Amino acid sequence: MAEVLQQLVNGISLGSIYALIALGYTMVYGVLKLINFAHGDVYMVGAFAGFFAATAFGWGFLPALCFAMLVAALFGLVIERVAYRPLRNAPRIAALITAIGVSLLLENLGILILRPDPRAFPELIRLETYQVGPLIVNNRQLVIIATSVVLMMLLQFIVTRTRMGKAMRAVAEDTEASRLMGINVDRVIAFTFVLGSALAAAAGVLVGIYYTRIDPLMGFMPGLKAFVAAVLGGIGLIPGAMLGGLAIGVAEVLVVAFISSSWKDAVAFAILIMILLLKPTGILGKTAEEKA
Amino acid sequence: MDRSAKHNTWWRWLRFALLGAGLLLLAAVNLWAYQGRIDFYILGILTVMGINIILATSLNLINGFAGQFAIGHAGFMAIGAYVSALLTTLRSLPFLPALIAGGLAAALVGLGVGIPTLRLRGDYLAIATLGLGEIIRVIIVNLPITGGAFGFSGMPPYTNFFWVEGAVVVTLLVLSNFIRSSPGRALLAVREDEFAAETVGVPTTYYKVLAFAIGSFFAGVAGGLFAHYLLFIDPSQFGILKSIEILMMVVLGGLGSFSGSVVAAVLLTALPEFLRGFADYRMVIYSALLILVMLLRPSGLFGQVEIWQLLGDRTNGPGGLPGKPGGSGRGGLAMPDKAGATGSPREVAGQW
Repeated sequence: MAEVLQQLVNGISLGSIYALIALGYTMVYGVLKLINFAHGDVYMVGAFAGFFAATAFGWGFLPALCFAMLVAALFGLVIERVAYRPLRNAPRIAALITAIGVSLLLENLGILILRPDPRAFPELIRLETYQVGPLIVNNRQLVIIATSVVLMMLLQFIVTRTRMGKAMRAVAEDTEASRLMGINVDRVIAFTFVLGSALAAAAGVLVGIYYTRIDPLMGFMPGLKAFVAAVLGGIGLIPGAMLGGLAIGVAEVLVVAFISSSWKDAVAFAILIMILLLKPTGILGKTAEEKA
Repeated sequence: MDRSAKHNTWWRWLRFALLGAGLLLLAAVNLWAYQGRIDFYILGILTVMGINIILATSLNLINGFAGQFAIGHAGFMAIGAYVSALLTTLRSLPFLPALIAGGLAAALVGLGVGIPTLRLRGDYLAIATLGLGEIIRVIIVNLPITGGAFGFSGMPPYTNFFWVEGAVVVTLLVLSNFIRSSPGRALLAVREDEFAAETVGVPTTYYKVLAFAIGSFFAGVAGGLFAHYLLFIDPSQFGILKSIEILMMVVLGGLGSFSGSVVAAVLLTALPEFLRGFADYRMVIYSALLILVMLLRPSGLFGQVEIWQLLGDRTNGPGGLPGKPGGSGRGGLAMPDKAGATGSPREVAGQW
């Protein structure tokens, strides 16, 4: 039992990282109906931005985190502008393929410029472990969970309490109607990319701290899994992404701990296929919504 | 219309000349290959080209003709590769039955996963199939008989240029005839408007699953050829990157154009050989190319049009009817162009 609880703690820290990435997917899908395959690679960019902020500038955790979020937001903005905006009226498959192309481009540019070998992420937070009853918790896990919670609360505030957030929700609801109401849809979409990319970058830095190694291909798998998380919770729904992320993280950690680590990458996809068959709108999704 | 009559005869002669030249070249290559006068390296490239043609055209059946955006093709290729390799190595089965068994195994899995997943649409299907490809890979890693992550070897070197050439011809014949058959028409209807197709009584899921199974079958055959050419297979060869590579050929050639897939498969197999000096930049160039093609021509190089239609075959005019097969003797690839009414202006413009 203690073992299960222990893995649950580990799963929640991994899950909150997935949740942060999943938020970007779900928001972009909400306003653009596009699976932004490049999102996982923006997360990689964020991790490397944090890495350079810590090594080259010698910055601490918080400044490095902010720097990474800023850089990734810029990337998100540019990607949307250059690769997705010209395809706004093209068939959706074209946009999807372009997204795959952007993902491959970022990965391969990463390999070319940053070298493929993994790097050790600087120790921004000195490791301390605490014994809580039968459980072992370290301060990095606490930092991950705390940072995720703060960022998600911030996001919730932006989406529900600000004008821009209101516009985002309107665009997600009905793009054409919002345009008719005088909302600058392009700007809202760009803002959504900025928000999502910044959150992904935060996840990247947190992963760097947690696993202490980063490489240019680190974004691919977590990106896909985070997408699964978004679908699991109900795509387009912000609380859904949080819930889905936690669920995927916990499920993965449990499988690794109690079955075998070689099944690790299959867990998320098995969950995905099951959820798509049983309840395609996700845990929090409305059942009436049929995708056309 | 009057003006085009003379024009048409001219183009018809040109087409015949091109076709003749193509057939002659093919015959010559066959003869040289038979006499062993072609460099081993060149022959190897031609073999890989053929395998890629099979992969690209069979994926195009699913993506371009059925309109189902499935991107886990490498998974089915892996099934065919492993099943046929296990059969020839452990059961010493001859090559042809092993290839077919590999294809059937892939088709069976395609059937099994297609029935539930093809109810999904668009992006969901893409992710689900991507995930499936990955699950197949993980299963292969974990099966005791496949040698796991260390790979599998010891199969006899059956694959040669002629086997691949024969397989390519059979694939093209089957696929192009399928598209011109009644189920093929139903498939195109599903692509154009799934809802409308269903309304007029087309069992859409049935045809989508059928296309998926056929596409998977040929992916399995290609996998078998691949396994007996390379003589060493391991699960990492059939990962997501391979799926994306095949997808890239389909997209570059045009979703819904078999000849486009053939051309793209040939180009994308040959390109890396020319880019050997820039091996580091290869994938960067690839991905940039993919983005550029999508931005400039979202429907691929050839769109939904076959090459000879671009060469001025007006017999298959935008009336939407298939017309006669034209002079497309090689593989009989003619396929109806998309009825003018449904084509976006961009695609119609592409046909001049």
